[in-house]
Amino acid sequence: MTDSIKMYPPKPDRVYLFGTCLIDIFYPEAGLAALSLLEREGIDVHFPDDQTCCGQPAYTSGRMDEARDVARRQLDLFPEPWPILVPSGSCGGMIAKHYPHLFEGTDDAARAEDIAARTFELTDFLLNVCHVRLEDKGEPVQVAMHTSCSARREMGLAEVGPQLLGQLSGVTLKEQAHAAECCGFGGSFAVRHPEVSGAMVQDKVAALSETGVQHFVTSDCGCLMNIDGCAQKQGAKLRGEHLLSFLWQRTREDRTHD
Amino acid sequence: MTDTHGAVPFHPNVRTALDNPQIRGNFRRAMDGLMDKRRLAFDDWELDKLRTLGSAVRLNALHHLPELLEQLDTRCRANGIQVHWARDGDEACALITDICRRRNARSVIKGKSMVSEEMELNHHLEQADIEALESDLGEYIVQMAEETPSHIIMPAIHKNTREISDLMHDKTGTEPSLDARYLTASARAQLRERFMNADVGISGVNFAVADSGTLCLVENEGNGRLTTTVPPCHIAVTGIEKVVPSLDDVAPLLALLTRSATGQPITTYFNMISGPRQPDEQDGPEEVHLVLVDNGRSEVYQDEELAETLKCIRCGACMNHCPVYTRVGGHAYGTTYPGPIGKILMPQLMGLDQTPDFPSASSLCGACGEVCPVRIPIPQLLVRLRQESVDGDSLHPAHVKGHGVKRGRLEPWIWRGWAWMHRSPALYRLGTALAARFRRLTPSRLGGWTDYRRAPRPAATTLHQAIKARRTHRRPS
Amino acid sequence: MSSTAKADILARLRQRTHTSPPPERDFSVLEARQWTPAERIERFRQHLESVQGEVIRTTESELNQAILDRLSRSHVRRLLLGRNSPFQAGLAAAKSGDLELHVYDQPIETWQSELFNEIEAALTTTLGGIAETGSLILWPTPDEPRLMSLVPPMHLAVLRVDQLHDTLLQVVREQRWSQGMPTNALLISGPSKTADIEQTLVFGAHGPRELVVFLVDESGSGA
Repeated sequence: MTDSIKMYPPKPDRVYLFGTCLIDIFYPEAGLAALSLLEREGIDVHFPDDQTCCGQPAYTSGRMDEARDVARRQLDLFPEPWPILVPSGSCGGMIAKHYPHLFEGTDDAARAEDIAARTFELTDFLLNVCHVRLEDKGEPVQVAMHTSCSARREMGLAEVGPQLLGQLSGVTLKEQAHAAECCGFGGSFAVRHPEVSGAMVQDKVAALSETGVQHFVTSDCGCLMNIDGCAQKQGAKLRGEHLLSFLWQRTREDRTHD
Repeated sequence: MTDTHGAVPFHPNVRTALDNPQIRGNFRRAMDGLMDKRRLAFDDWELDKLRTLGSAVRLNALHHLPELLEQLDTRCRANGIQVHWARDGDEACALITDICRRRNARSVIKGKSMVSEEMELNHHLEQADIEALESDLGEYIVQMAEETPSHIIMPAIHKNTREISDLMHDKTGTEPSLDARYLTASARAQLRERFMNADVGISGVNFAVADSGTLCLVENEGNGRLTTTVPPCHIAVTGIEKVVPSLDDVAPLLALLTRSATGQPITTYFNMISGPRQPDEQDGPEEVHLVLVDNGRSEVYQDEELAETLKCIRCGACMNHCPVYTRVGGHAYGTTYPGPIGKILMPQLMGLDQTPDFPSASSLCGACGEVCPVRIPIPQLLVRLRQESVDGDSLHPAHVKGHGVKRGRLEPWIWRGWAWMHRSPALYRLGTALAARFRRLTPSRLGGWTDYRRAPRPAATTLHQAIKARRTHRRPS
Repeated sequence: MSSTAKADILARLRQRTHTSPPPERDFSVLEARQWTPAERIERFRQHLESVQGEVIRTTESELNQAILDRLSRSHVRRLLLGRNSPFQAGLAAAKSGDLELHVYDQPIETWQSELFNEIEAALTTTLGGIAETGSLILWPTPDEPRLMSLVPPMHLAVLRVDQLHDTLLQVVREQRWSQGMPTNALLISGPSKTADIEQTLVFGAHGPRELVVFLVDESGSGA
């Protein structure tokens, strides 16, 4: 629920992809799915090889010096005025909403503002800039969706995931109880307050499982790692996947060869 | 974890609370109900606009705070209200005790007042041999149980009906009953005598109106009105931040307060007090006092960003919507104000060294900021306090009391190492490639994370590697 | 000591530097809440009834009888009126034998126990009503003291439909409340209530258990 009115640009020919460090290390298939989905829309995707991390772990830990240090390197990566796409509400929110604050009063303030203004969460961009039309090629399946708190509240994207899934004719979206409640990840919170965070993620796994689905999707890898990791630890049937991986797998041309 | 002497033992409290299924059940049910009621109450409102107005009203009031306080002081005095100022809780307690002594008061009846909890007024009065009885039903129950409120709006929300029945049976001889109506009627009967015989009534204030010299109180039970009307002396006690310029400003705040708190369009009573009983009046207190308490607020006020904390109108919506509060309840915080507002206010009032685990005890999910009726950016202020906790920003040196408490010895080096790796792309690519290469060596236990989750394992290739491979793969074709 | 505290606190507050002016207050979101007279009545009634308030529509000529009927339905025998109450003569003339009319014409200290323990209902005028929230506006006066609407188990109040306003903001502005307030002013929206025992809503906490509003409509469209 953001209050500022979001302006979407016309569909561009070229974009930057900022992959995020969690996708880089743990979920590269989600990054590749993002690439494939965008290329299918006729967009040339540039992946700056020197990208590392948006700086959020340091930022939310109050380590502003280190956050600024790392974030400043990312400011160098996007010289052309193309949109910057981030397959995560959390990292996208860091750049779009927090970079201006982080660099306020520094020599990089203007650059940070510029980059913040052209940063989009990737599923939002697919839906509202590319106006993607997804053609489902998969078997009928029921899934649940967990929208991250950053995507939902910071970026105002609560409707985006469900709308994309709604385009898939074979997919039935089940809504879990307390859908808007946090899964308990919160970065360093999960480490500094493991008991509360653990109680939250256990409740989230229970709520998702109670819908009867065995599969959930989310567009944030922190939540994915948290919920999926908890379900695995419990031996629950529930498994998670990045929304982009799911969308690509359901709609790719060579799906039948899988 | 830093173990600061005398600091709030948040972690042990949390463990105790999480292990108590009844507490978790009571809070979950109550908070779910309150969230639904709030949503319905704003159904026919342009809520974003109303919250923007609420925020603007509070920011305007805070901008002119010293002038408004002076105007309030002048207007109240002109209305016959005696105004007192207190730098801290002890000074306020001493002032109030003095007033009670001067009136030879033995018995004080109290309406709900969080600032009086903050300064432990009841304890001070007891030491002066003055009995202070809480009259709000929730506060009455909590006082009987010798506990503190677990919620700022619903003090006894942690208790179920059976516990309350047992408590009232033990302490007052009320027949055991699971009928809330019966228990409420018993409490009403018990308190009526006390209202009639009390020497002094002490209440809080929701809004203090500067231009008319009016003290506004919001309540449902009528105990607040009895407290401020029946005893011959009424003492209103409030934090200095509660002042607003005029009754115009009160209208949006009242609209926001009751709907945000309990989903009511308005409470049963909105009580506006502008003076003591006049010579021709038949009832009302002959003396009205206003005690303006600073107790750390003027320090909070100094920093433009942190001063947003003082916009708070004490509705409790942030706790009703907080996934952490919902699971651990109010007592786990061990401070007067629990939940998200407590996590930003208490470290500023008490010092970060006394509340070292407060700023980090949030997933930054943003639910509190989303519902705050006056748009306090609670998540942003939590991040700010984390920065203060570790002295983490050389551009904006920390200054909150007790800052640097979480700086640690090892942690700065870990973060420096992290930054060093992530600002060097080559090093980062090497590090992540090694993590992928040796993914089977990933430890299966990672602190608290793996108490509840399987440890994450890096993928076989990084996204960097996969994209590079894809490009070289594609180029020939 | 206190004057030093005042000086200290104000001095500290004045040390704050403000980098920007505060935002404008745009009250349009409240000002937009306006209703037609019929909607106002309906909204007022709905809100008050939703919190167990009772609304009885009547006319000036039928008011006394409506009050007496309602009292008799609850077997009220001791009714408290204000001094110089506009209802006293009418009620006295029309009442049946077992209804006692008491008048609040002496200081509370002289008859507190009687007020708390024996009076069963009180009848007051109102300064108006607020449709948005179903609220009565009361400005207690020497003639109609504060405790009338608080201590007896039943509070009856008379409200004329032409005194029904849209919102609190409208009332505060139109009646220029900022230029002078009585020692005590009240908005009353239903009988007293609490939900402090496991969120169970109970009416009749420390104030009245029943609130009855006689909504007087001269146009006679009361049915």
